[in-house]
Amino acid sequence: MLLYKKPSLLTDTNMHYCPGCSHAVVNKIIAEVLEEMNIGTENIIGVSPVGCGVFIYNYIDIDWVEAAHGRAPAVATGVKRMNPDKLVFTYQGDGEVTAIGTGEVIHACNRGENIAIIFINNAVFGMTNGQMAPTTPLGMKTTTCPDGRDPQLNGYPLPMAQLFADIQGTCYVTRQAVNTYKAVKNTKKAIRRAFDYSLQRKGTSVVEIICACPTNWKMTPVEANKYISDFSVKTFPLGDLKRP
Amino acid sequence: MLLKGNEALALAAIRYGVDAYYGYPITPQSEIMETLIAQKPWESTGMTVLQAESEVAAINMVYGTAATGRMAMTSSSGPGISLMQNGISYLCGANLPCLIVNVMRGGPGLGTISPSQADYFQATRGGGHGDYRTLVLAPSSVQEMADFVAIAFQWAFRYRNPAMILADGTIGQMMEKVTLPPFQQRLTASEVAKLHTWASTGRREGQQRNIVSSLDLDPAAMELKCLNREQRYQVAIDNDARHQAIHCDDAEILIVAFGSAARICTKTVQLARQQGIRAGLFRPITLWPFPAQALRQAAQHAQHILVVELNAGQMIDDVRLALTTQNNPTTTPNLPNTSNHPNTPTITHYGRLGGVVFTPEEILNHIKNIHTAPPTQTAPPTQTTPPTQTAPSTPPH
Ligand code: SF4
Repeated sequence: MLLYKKPSLLTDTNMHYCPGCSHAVVNKIIAEVLEEMNIGTENIIGVSPVGCGVFIYNYIDIDWVEAAHGRAPAVATGVKRMNPDKLVFTYQGDGEVTAIGTGEVIHACNRGENIAIIFINNAVFGMTNGQMAPTTPLGMKTTTCPDGRDPQLNGYPLPMAQLFADIQGTCYVTRQAVNTYKAVKNTKKAIRRAFDYSLQRKGTSVVEIICACPTNWKMTPVEANKYISDFSVKTFPLGDLKRP
Repeated sequence: MLLKGNEALALAAIRYGVDAYYGYPITPQSEIMETLIAQKPWESTGMTVLQAESEVAAINMVYGTAATGRMAMTSSSGPGISLMQNGISYLCGANLPCLIVNVMRGGPGLGTISPSQADYFQATRGGGHGDYRTLVLAPSSVQEMADFVAIAFQWAFRYRNPAMILADGTIGQMMEKVTLPPFQQRLTASEVAKLHTWASTGRREGQQRNIVSSLDLDPAAMELKCLNREQRYQVAIDNDARHQAIHCDDAEILIVAFGSAARICTKTVQLARQQGIRAGLFRPITLWPFPAQALRQAAQHAQHILVVELNAGQMIDDVRLALTTQNNPTTTPNLPNTSNHPNTPTITHYGRLGGVVFTPEEILNHIKNIHTAPPTQTAPPTQTTPPTQTAPSTPPH
C-alpha cells in the first residue's frame, strides 16, 4: 500500500533551508495543492520573494518570476493582468509583507487583484541573520533588539492580516501555522481555498502562516514549534479573519 | 493631426499594440496616462492601463508584465524615474524588455516642473545599481515622440533590455502636426509563447520551467551573464547609434545638442549661416549608444565644439570621450577597445539650468563670442563652466 509519495511538482533539488525550518513544509504543501488542483502547469505562475524563500523557484516545478524585495504583489499584478485566467500567487516573508513591501501588498489587495498571497511570518529577517521584523513579538530577542523588542523603541508587532481583512478588495484572509500535524492540514486547506478563489476571481486571498525560524530563534526545531503554540499565537491568533 | 508630444506618444503606444501601461501621475507627463485612459484601449486592442500606487509599484508591474513576454511601458519624470531605478536595474538583470519614458523636469530634488535635460547622466549611465545601460532615444519633435515608441520596443526585445525615451517638458507639452503610425494587432498568447520562449507564461507539459530572475550566487555564472549583456550592448553600439547632422560638412563651429535643445540650436545654425558663420549642428538621436563614430566624422573640420544642453554639462562628457580618448584597450575580457580622434578641437559647454530655456539668439551671441574670442580670453560669464572644462588655449580662427 502506498502511504506517501513526493508531490510530482516538487523537484529533486536539495533544499537550502535549515533543519526544522517551516519554509520547507510550506513549499511542500504548495506543491501538493498545485498537484491536487490538476489545472496543468501551463496555468500556474508563481512570484518568488527576496529572503529565505527566494529559491522556492528551484523546488516547485512551475514557471516563476523572481521579484525585487517586497515588490511581488506589484509584479504579480503585472503577470496576472496579462494572464487573467491563470493562477498567479506570491510567496513572501514578513520582511516583504510587513516592512519594505507594505505599499505594494496593501494596494494589490485594495485593487482586489485576483492573486493569492502566501505570507510566511517567522517574526525575524531570516536570510540576513535574524534582525527584528515588524512582526517580532514584544520581548523577543533579535540581533537588532538584543534586549528584547521594546515597544518604546521599536513599536508593536504589526497585525497585517487584520488590515487585509478590512480592505474591501480581499475575499479571503486567514492565519495558519505548520507547527503540528493538524496545523499543516489546516494550512493546506487554506492554500487550496486561496488558489480556488483566485481562479474564481473573487478578489485577493491572503494566507498568513506563522512559521518557525529555529536558526535565528536559537532553538531546536521542536522548541521552535512549541514556542509557536505557546507564545506566537498569543500575538497572532490563528483562524480565518475573512471568508467570501 | 495636431497633438501634444505626450498625447502623440500615448496614441502611438496603443496603435503599436503595446500590452500594458503602468504609471503614477507627475508633471510634466501626466497627459500620457490620461490620454491612454481616455482612449479606453482595453475595449479596442485589449491594452491594460493601470494607475499604480507609486512609481516603485509601476516599474515592478512593468517587470511582471515583461516577464510574461508582453510589451510593457511606464512613463514619469525625474523624481519618479529616480524611484524606478531599482526596478530598472532588476529589469536589466533579468534581461527583460520594456519602455520607460522620462519627460524631464529641472532638478535635483523636487526641483521645478519646467523643462530640463538634467537626467542625461541618469539615463545614459544606467542610473541604478550594477553594470547596465538602457537604450536611450532623445526625441526633438512630436513626430519623434510617436515614432520612437516602435523603435524603442523593437530594440528592447532585440537586446532584451529596457529602452528609454528621454524627452523633456518642452517636447512633451508642445503641439505639432504629427502622423500617427498605423494600427497593429497585439500578439496572441500563442504568438508570445512561440516568440519568447524565455517568458514565464506557465510551464508547458514536458517542457522545462522558466525562471525570470536577476539572481545568480555563483560568481563565474554571473560573470558569464554580465558578459553576455555586454556583448549585446556592443551589437547595439555597432549598429544602432543614430544621429542627425545639419551643415556639419564644412562646420567650423559645431554645436552638439539633443532633444529640445537641438531644436533651438537648429534655428541658431540658420541664423549663423545667414551671418556668414560656418556653424553646424550634430544631434545625437540615441544618447546611449552615443553616436561617437558619427560625431568624429562630423567634427572633422570643426575648430570649436559647443555642447549646448539644458543642464550644467552632462553630454559634454560623452562628446569629450568621443573626440579625445586615446586608443585605450580595456582590460575586461571580450570588451571592445575605444578608438581615437586625430586632432582635438576645443570643446566647451553652454547650458541653462533650473528650467530656464535658452533662445536661438542667445546661443548665436555665444557663438559670436567664441568666433571673435582672443586667444587668452576666459569663458564668458553666461557660460556654465564645469571645473574640469578646458578653457580655449588657441583661437578658433
Ligand atoms: S534562517 Fe530561518 S527562515 Fe531562513 S532557512 Fe534558516 S530557519 Fe528557515
